[in-house]
Amino acid sequence: MGRSSPLVGWLGGAALTLMLIGSAIGLFFVAADAEQGEVQRLMYVHVPAAWTAFVAFFLVFIGSVLYLVQRDPRADRFAAACAEVGVVFIALTLATGMLWGKPTWGVWWTWDPRLTTTALLLAVFVGYLAIRGFSDDPDRRARWSAVVGILGFIQVPIVYLSVVWWRTLHQPPSSPRSVSSEILWTWMLNFLAFLLVFSYLAARRARLARIEAELETRQAYDV
Amino acid sequence: MANSKLVWGLLGVAAVVASAGMLVVGGLKDNVVYFLTPSELVARGTEAVDQPLRLGGQVKPGSVSWDAEEMDLIFAVRDSVGEIGVRYTGAQPAMFREGIGVVIEGSMQGDGIFEATNLMVKHSNEYKAPHGDSIPETMYESIIRPGTVE
Repeated sequence: MGRSSPLVGWLGGAALTLMLIGSAIGLFFVAADAEQGEVQRLMYVHVPAAWTAFVAFFLVFIGSVLYLVQRDPRADRFAAACAEVGVVFIALTLATGMLWGKPTWGVWWTWDPRLTTTALLLAVFVGYLAIRGFSDDPDRRARWSAVVGILGFIQVPIVYLSVVWWRTLHQPPSSPRSVSSEILWTWMLNFLAFLLVFSYLAARRARLARIEAELETRQAYDV
Repeated sequence: MANSKLVWGLLGVAAVVASAGMLVVGGLKDNVVYFLTPSELVARGTEAVDQPLRLGGQVKPGSVSWDAEEMDLIFAVRDSVGEIGVRYTGAQPAMFREGIGVVIEGSMQGDGIFEATNLMVKHSNEYKAPHGDSIPETMYESIIRPGTVE
């Protein structure tokens, strides 16, 4: 089955490099927010992690639709890999959000619409991963999880717009108008770094899934 | 083809779920609110007394009184129409100040004062580097207010 493509190795190197640069700038070179102080630097992890998770779940949606249309196992493996790494990033979003909430809001957690819908999004995609363990038949497994993947993605815009639709403790999305330019650039740089880290992990995970699938086929023949 | 039938079926399911979701969303909009505004709470009158709920608004500038000995915090929370007096016992959240947004958990008392059990600060979506003499390091120190830590 050979080694993974050297491109993936380069991707990993680029992700690590950009991550180090982004973190260094975010931690040491950009001044912290005037009102919140040092704790605002959590923004460079919290928001990129959230956006990356949103991108990941969008890719799950794409992979799931593709599988249902074409029945290509590669689409299923792509969706599953994106979902698994996406779960890590949405969990990171919740964890850093709690760390940020305590010193600024005064509480680790509150059941406001943004926090509640985000927790639900995590639960749905943990469910997606669980469902994949329920069936030994690759096609049935792929079909079931594709349905959950598509329905799960519908939640992403709800999470994003929750702060616009409802009253929340969480503030509405920041925009270039509400963020000074050096903070904005650091934020975007870290988002790019997170996207690269995500791509690297998802590529590795998809390759692992291909090996698992080959093993599954061989075992099926052996029995 | 069986495949396209399945896809259409799934699209149907997705449409049903989406519209059900919209109904829930619409229902939530009207019924379940995370917090009431001061004028909404005032409008409820005596009906709201002793009901546990959340109140959200702006800390009225000039209304804050803080007793460091007793850790008693008294202030008014307002919206564009009304205001309500709030009483809270405990340490202030670091970002609490006059003019900032707050969400308070507690209940309305018979005397018209909102007794808070939990005080949360709702900050804005603005992030700006400090200018002039306010540098983050000293701000960080100022978070520990005199009187709150013995």
